[in-house]
Amino acid sequence: MRPEMTAASLDATARSSAERGALARARLLRGLLPALSLALVLAAIAWLNPRAISYFGFSLMLNLAIPIALATIAQMFVISGNELDLSIGTFVGFVGCVTATWLKDAPLIGVAILLGSIGVYALLGALIHLRNLPSIVVTLGMSFVWQGLAILVLPKPGGKAPDWLLAIMSFKPPLIPFPITAALLIGLVVHFGLMRTSYGVILRGSGGNPAALKRAGWSLLRTKIVLFALAGLFGVLSGMALIGITTSADANIGNGYTLLSIAGVILGGGEFVGGRVSPIGAVIGALTLALAASPLLTFMHIPPDWQVAANGAILIIVLAARVLISRRER
Amino acid sequence: MKKLLALSALAAMLASGTALADTSGKKIAFSNNYAGNSWRQAMLDSYGIVTKKAVADKIVGAADIFTTADKEVPTQAAQVQNLILQGYDAIVINAASPDALNGAIKQACDAGITVVSFDGTVTEPCAYRVVVDFKDMGKQEVEQMAKFQPKGGNLLEIRGLAGTSIDDAIHAGILEGVAAHPEFKIVGSVTGDWDQTTAQKAVATILPSLPDVVGIVDQGGDGYGAAQAFAAAGKPRPTIIMGNRQDELKWWKEQKDKDGYKTWSASIAPGVSSLAFWVAQQVLDGRKDIPHDLLVPYLAFTQDDFEAALPKIKEGGVATHEYTQEDALAAIKANIK
Repeated sequence: MRPEMTAASLDATARSSAERGALARARLLRGLLPALSLALVLAAIAWLNPRAISYFGFSLMLNLAIPIALATIAQMFVISGNELDLSIGTFVGFVGCVTATWLKDAPLIGVAILLGSIGVYALLGALIHLRNLPSIVVTLGMSFVWQGLAILVLPKPGGKAPDWLLAIMSFKPPLIPFPITAALLIGLVVHFGLMRTSYGVILRGSGGNPAALKRAGWSLLRTKIVLFALAGLFGVLSGMALIGITTSADANIGNGYTLLSIAGVILGGGEFVGGRVSPIGAVIGALTLALAASPLLTFMHIPPDWQVAANGAILIIVLAARVLISRRER
Repeated sequence: MKKLLALSALAAMLASGTALADTSGKKIAFSNNYAGNSWRQAMLDSYGIVTKKAVADKIVGAADIFTTADKEVPTQAAQVQNLILQGYDAIVINAASPDALNGAIKQACDAGITVVSFDGTVTEPCAYRVVVDFKDMGKQEVEQMAKFQPKGGNLLEIRGLAGTSIDDAIHAGILEGVAAHPEFKIVGSVTGDWDQTTAQKAVATILPSLPDVVGIVDQGGDGYGAAQAFAAAGKPRPTIIMGNRQDELKWWKEQKDKDGYKTWSASIAPGVSSLAFWVAQQVLDGRKDIPHDLLVPYLAFTQDDFEAALPKIKEGGVATHEYTQEDALAAIKANIK
C-alpha cells in the first residue's frame, strides 16, 4: 500500500469543488444502486404474485432476511478492514445452538458464552493483525471450530428459543411489517456509527489507507480488534434473530450465510478492498438476495429440475447488474 | 378412468365415512430441500408420476414441486413461507431439519394449510408425519449381519448426513442391534453422507487404521463406495449391507454370480413421497381421523428377491414403489388401530 494512494474518504477535502460534485454524484448513484435492484426484484414479485405485496406477505417474505442482514453487516465490518470472514455462517449456527440451549436454560451462562465468543472474534482480529496472517485462512479454520462447537452444544437438532426472543421476532407493529422496521433500524444505526462518527472514519480508513492511519498515530491493532469484535457482535445478533424465527436450532442452520453475507456486502455497493462499504446498502443487498433467492424463484414456477440452477442464475444476474452499472461510475 | 376414480372415491367414502370435501380444486405443493442424489431423484420421479396422474384425473387441482438450492434450513423456511403466500391448500415436505423449521410450519398451519412431512419429518405437532421405522431398519441390519457372520467380529459403521434425524435413528437402531449381539463390535465409524463417492473416500481414509472387518453396517447409498474402497486397498471383502441402490444391487449380483456372496438390502422407498401426497389429499378430503404419526414399512430385499427387482431400477437409481390412493388408505387404516 503506497502512501500516496489515499482513501476516498480522506482525500475528498483536498479536491476542487467541481471534482467533489462529480464524486458526490457518482456516490449517490452508487448508493441508489442497491435500492434499484431491490425495487426491481420487488416489482417482479408483485407482478408474479400480487398477494405477496401486503403486510402479511412482507412479514413472511422478509423475516428470514433479518438474520441475513445482520450477518451481512458483520461481514461488512470485516471487509471494511480489507479482510474476509469465512466463518460467519458457522458462527451464526453456533450462536443459534447456544441460544436454543444455554440462553434458555441458564441465561447467565448463555450470555457469558455469547460475550466470550465475541471476545474470541476480537482475539482473531488481533491474531490476524499481529502475525500478519491471511484472514481467509484463519477464518476458514475457525469455521470448522464453530461448526464443531455447535455440534457439541447441540448434537442433534432441537432446543428451543427463549420466550422473550420469540416474542420480539414475532412482534407485529402497526402499519409497517416488523422485518422492514428492523431492517431500517439496523441500517440506520450502523450507518450512523460507521459513516457519521469520527472513529467510524478511522475504522474505514484502516481498510482504505492503513499506512496513513499509522503515521497519524492510530493503532491499527485496535481498529482490527474493534472491527472483528463488531463482526462478532452482529454475528451473535444474527444467530439470535434466526433462532427467534425458526424457534429451534440445528448445528448446520447458518452454513449458507457465509457466502450470502459476502454477496450482500458486494451487492450493497461495497468493495473487497479499500474500506469502501455501505451499511444501508449492505442491508438492502441482504434483503434483495433473500427475496431474489427464494420468493422470486418460488413464484416463477420453474420446473424442479431447473430450480437449483435458476437460483444461481438469479444471483449472478443481480450481482452482474450491480457490476455493470457501477462501472459507469468510473 | 372415470370409473376407477369413482371407485376410489367410493372406497375413500367407505373407508372413512367422513369424506365430505371435493379435493379437485385443491393445490398441493411439495417443498423439497435437496435433489442431489439418486434417492432424491427417484423420490421426485415417483412424486411426479403419481401427482401428474392425480391432476390429470382431476383428483387435485395442482401439485407443484419446489426444490431449494442448498440443504440449508433458512432457505427452506423461507420457501415454506412463500408457499403460504402462494395460497396452497397443503404442503408436502421433506424437511432439512426436524425442529428448526417448526416456526415456518406453524405459520403454515395457522394459515389453514395442511402440512405432511416424510423422510425428513418435522416435530411441530400440527403437521403430519409419514415415518419409516429407521430405528428398526438399523437394528435389522445387525440381525441380518448375525445370519451371514454367525461368528461375529468387527464391524465398520458408515453414518449418514450428520445432525439429521434419519442418521440419528438408524445409528440408534444399529447400536441397539449390537447390544443384542455382543459378538459384534463396531471398531470404526465414518460419515458417508448417503453418497457413494463420499463413502468411498471416507472408508479409504480410515481403512489402514482398522483391524480386520467382517461386516459394514450403513445407511444406504454408501455400500458400493465402501466395496470400492475395500477393493482398491486389496482388503478382503466384508459383508456389506446394501441400501437398494442400483449400483449396490448390481455389485451384489456380480459378487453372487462369482462366489455366492450373501447380504441384505434395505432403505426407505423414495416413492414414500407419493404416499405423503395421498395423505395430504385425504386430509384435504375432510378426514379427521388420520393419526398425525403414520408408521410405514421400509423396503427390503433379500438374497432371494433382489435379482428380480434389479432390472426395474433405473441406471444409477434406487428401488422404489409408487403408492396409490388405496395404499395410502390401507396405511392410514393400519395406523388407526
